[in-house]
Amino acid sequence: MSTIITRRTLLAGAAASSALPLVGAQAQAPFGVGFIYVGPVGDHGWSWTHDQGRKALEKEYGNKIKTSFIENVAEGPDAVRAIRQLAQAGDQLIFTTSFGFMNPTIQVAKQFPKIRFEHATGYQRAENVATYNARFYEGRAVIGTLAGHMSKSGQAGYIASFPIPEVVMGINAFHLAAKKVNPNFKTKVIWASTWYDPAKEADAAKALIDQGCDVISQHTDSPAALQAAEQRGVFAFGQASDMKAFAPKAQLSAIVDDWSGYYIKRVKEAMDGSWKSGDVWGGIKDGMVKLAPYNDAVTPAARAAADELQKGIVAGTIHPFTGELKDQKGTLRLKAGETATDEMLSKMDWYVDGVQA
Amino acid sequence: MLEWRRRREPSKTMLYLSPLIAIGLTMLTGMLVFGAIGFDGLRAVTAIFITPLIEPQRWADLGVKAAPLIMIALGLAIGFRANVWNIGAEGQYVMGAIAGTGVALLTHDMTGWWILPAMALAGILGGAAWAALPALLKVRLQVSEILTSLMLTYVAVQFLYYLVRGPWKDPDGFNFPQTKMFSGSQTLPAVAEGSLVHFGVPLAILLALIAWFVMSKTVAGYAVRVVGRAPAAARHGGFDASRVTWATLLAGGGLAGLAGLFEAAGPFGQLTPQFPVGYGFTAIIVAFLGRLSPPGIVFGALVLAVTYVGGEIAQSTVRLPSAATGMFQALLLFFLLATDVLVRYRLAWKARPARSAP
Repeated sequence: MSTIITRRTLLAGAAASSALPLVGAQAQAPFGVGFIYVGPVGDHGWSWTHDQGRKALEKEYGNKIKTSFIENVAEGPDAVRAIRQLAQAGDQLIFTTSFGFMNPTIQVAKQFPKIRFEHATGYQRAENVATYNARFYEGRAVIGTLAGHMSKSGQAGYIASFPIPEVVMGINAFHLAAKKVNPNFKTKVIWASTWYDPAKEADAAKALIDQGCDVISQHTDSPAALQAAEQRGVFAFGQASDMKAFAPKAQLSAIVDDWSGYYIKRVKEAMDGSWKSGDVWGGIKDGMVKLAPYNDAVTPAARAAADELQKGIVAGTIHPFTGELKDQKGTLRLKAGETATDEMLSKMDWYVDGVQA
Repeated sequence: MLEWRRRREPSKTMLYLSPLIAIGLTMLTGMLVFGAIGFDGLRAVTAIFITPLIEPQRWADLGVKAAPLIMIALGLAIGFRANVWNIGAEGQYVMGAIAGTGVALLTHDMTGWWILPAMALAGILGGAAWAALPALLKVRLQVSEILTSLMLTYVAVQFLYYLVRGPWKDPDGFNFPQTKMFSGSQTLPAVAEGSLVHFGVPLAILLALIAWFVMSKTVAGYAVRVVGRAPAAARHGGFDASRVTWATLLAGGGLAGLAGLFEAAGPFGQLTPQFPVGYGFTAIIVAFLGRLSPPGIVFGALVLAVTYVGGEIAQSTVRLPSAATGMFQALLLFFLLATDVLVRYRLAWKARPARSAP
């Protein structure tokens, strides 16, 4: 590792000096903002919501900025090349919007010390690399509450991507909220091992429905699971964006990511020179996480419980992870009344009792 | 009525020109298609096929992307020459990387010049071992290597998933599915200080030279070609088809495994679930684009590398969707197959059968 750093650091000097005249020449040109997406912009999920943020930037700043993006970038060396492509094309602020872009972003950022980078959902920062993320677990707790009320079989299916803390935290938040409504609630998890593969996501949803799950939730990016739920007449939730158009009967609500506020703020800071590296983790209160309007099928009791939870989270009186909390193996993770710290959440690698993962 | 007639002797010139014609037709069709749906067709094709070649900043990218394709395609071509259809190079690539990473994790706290060669050897053995299974099944039980090698790819990928999530998971990695980053002694050196081009790139060219020599100048290479072209004559001449099956599959697997290890110890620096990116499958296109000859393969790998690198340039400058890269690669294969058919066959009017009197 150490030699890689020295080699790449040396390269940084060369690359930066060759990039300098370019930056100078473009001083009057529009401010370049680049985006790297892990999926296609048409996924109607994760990458799509980031692209909505990019469009909001164009609307806000018009000719003052110029945005560009590269979609469907594989997490690995291909990402290094894609990020460098944007940096060399003259973008001055680059958002890399998937966890697997963490090492590539850090690598390229070393080569381009004048360019600022924002990496979504990661934990490595640098002078010119900030990180940002949303408290999706708050949204998961709300849909978990709805699931607890609306499920007749008391079993939810959960299509997960990779067992990273972000995903584990979502499963736990969903299950804890559902269990509060129905103490015997079960959450069955299927690992799809992908962020985006509509066929695989749909297959997983069907398998879960066959096993008796009548509510489906997913941590993958396409609306395929909702479409499968719609066909089979069970309930489901939209992920990342309001997916009602794909499943008007099945979608009870959706966790909606809204990055536009953050992007508009950060681009302004980068343009006026006040941009600083840091870590932002915004939730329902900050408008980064929103819930799509409830389906008409949602019962008044479920509606009231979900609204109350949202209000409590915004007011800071309710935390989705509050003790007493035991994991699958019976280990005490939170004492009665204790709430989880951000550090605990960001390293979560255990499942709460009742999750079948 | 039109009918296909086999040409007695396909033109040598056309055989080698057809990839170039296919590339030209791909560019032309791409230009028209993207022009028709509202893009600047000429700019799109320029961004994909020309910009990567004229921007020196992109050359390193081309080399890094082409190197694994060259290595894998060389191995595949040797087999294809002998009618041994190894479709599972992707799995051998993954198993090579896994075997080499195993050595890397065992030697993580050590330093020394011998570590990288040991990893490379493990990579070759890992890939060859994975290719030995289809060889064994083919020689002993006459099971088609097309099926077994392809199916074993999925087994290899699942094994990788298991390792990076289980026993090989980085203890400091926040439960993220990945191994530790390799140390300095375990990482491929760059060809020059500060370059992105790792040692695997010149080695891929060297391997192409060696493969060319072996295939065209040695008895072993001759045996492979004879078994492929005329199995009966080969038997008569005393060449053992089973031995050729074994040798070509082991060579193909070994080269794919070495490519996998180089990718792990080079650009990746670790193993992650995103490690398999389909080089093993793309290399099949490369092998045929290169007419199964080593110099042609180097050329074919460069063409494919250009479409990858250029595809990203086209996305950020012309706003072409990422699917365009796949479309151009598919067009390329389509036109290559189409021109090949015309090289080997010609269209002619069918002579009318004489009508018999009622």
